[in-house]
Amino acid sequence: MHLSPDQTILWQYGFFKLNSTIAFTWALMLVLAVGSKLITRKLSTGLNRSRWQNLLEIVVTSIEKQIEEVGLNDPQKYLGFLGTLFLFVASASLCTLIPGYEPPTGSLSTTTALALCVFVAVPFFGISEQGMGSYLKSYMKPTFIMLPFNIISELSRTLALAVRLFGNMMSGAMIIAILLTITPFIFPIIMMVLGLLTGMVQAYIFSILAAVYIAAASRVRKPKPEPEVKQ
Amino acid sequence: MDSMTIIAVASIVIAGITTGFGTMGPALAEGRAVATALSSLAQQPDASSTITRTLFVGLAMIESTAIYCFVVSMILIFANPFWNHIIAQTAGK
Repeated sequence: MHLSPDQTILWQYGFFKLNSTIAFTWALMLVLAVGSKLITRKLSTGLNRSRWQNLLEIVVTSIEKQIEEVGLNDPQKYLGFLGTLFLFVASASLCTLIPGYEPPTGSLSTTTALALCVFVAVPFFGISEQGMGSYLKSYMKPTFIMLPFNIISELSRTLALAVRLFGNMMSGAMIIAILLTITPFIFPIIMMVLGLLTGMVQAYIFSILAAVYIAAASRVRKPKPEPEVKQ
Repeated sequence: MDSMTIIAVASIVIAGITTGFGTMGPALAEGRAVATALSSLAQQPDASSTITRTLFVGLAMIESTAIYCFVVSMILIFANPFWNHIIAQTAGK
């Protein structure tokens, strides 16, 4: 019984180790990148378009709509980051249907890397949206006593993002492994279906939480314009 | 009991207690959250998308406390540092 795919070492040359987390991450990256490249090679704007283009359009527009509903007014700007997070986590959990595959998100290193990306992206988008001074001042809202608590919450929510995704993915794989030793035939399949559902929900939650954090950091507090009084 | 037995017993018992008690609070909290969300959905079906999204995000927040407990008990069972330490000590003797 092993806790994470980090411990399966496929290939080793001296100090350099290639464990299955890295291998599956690369495979996923390759599939996602090459797949999107192949589909977007011949796009059409007419009514006559391929199925794959329809699929990608549905995915992209629904991600855009979700980002907009969170409160980010310019979804195109955030689509690259948040969409990639969602697609990577979702495909990592969807591919568990393939035998022999272990989700790379079931390793704490992958989820920590993803959470660190969010940790960096939040101040990046915040500063680009409202400027350095205004962003730094938002740590002092509502009073300057809240400064340490705001910093702590920034750190702890990054930890929470990483551990939440890791715990869900790891527990799914582990429950299936334990059930295979107890009731080998039917019941693991049901748990696998449940695992697929949890994977999608976790992917949704991961990207929505990142969007919420970014929206909270990049909200410009403008005074509301007074409604014009018609004479 | 020698120290090896104490460590083994303590790890196993505490792992069970951690998950057992740690999921109790989040279970109650999630039940309350879902019940409130359902009643507000019944009152305002128009706001369903907002309510559902907020519910999911909130549930994930609540659930993460249970998952912390689960991770701790998994560490206690499968990757216990104290157990590894005592195994290394007895092997070194």
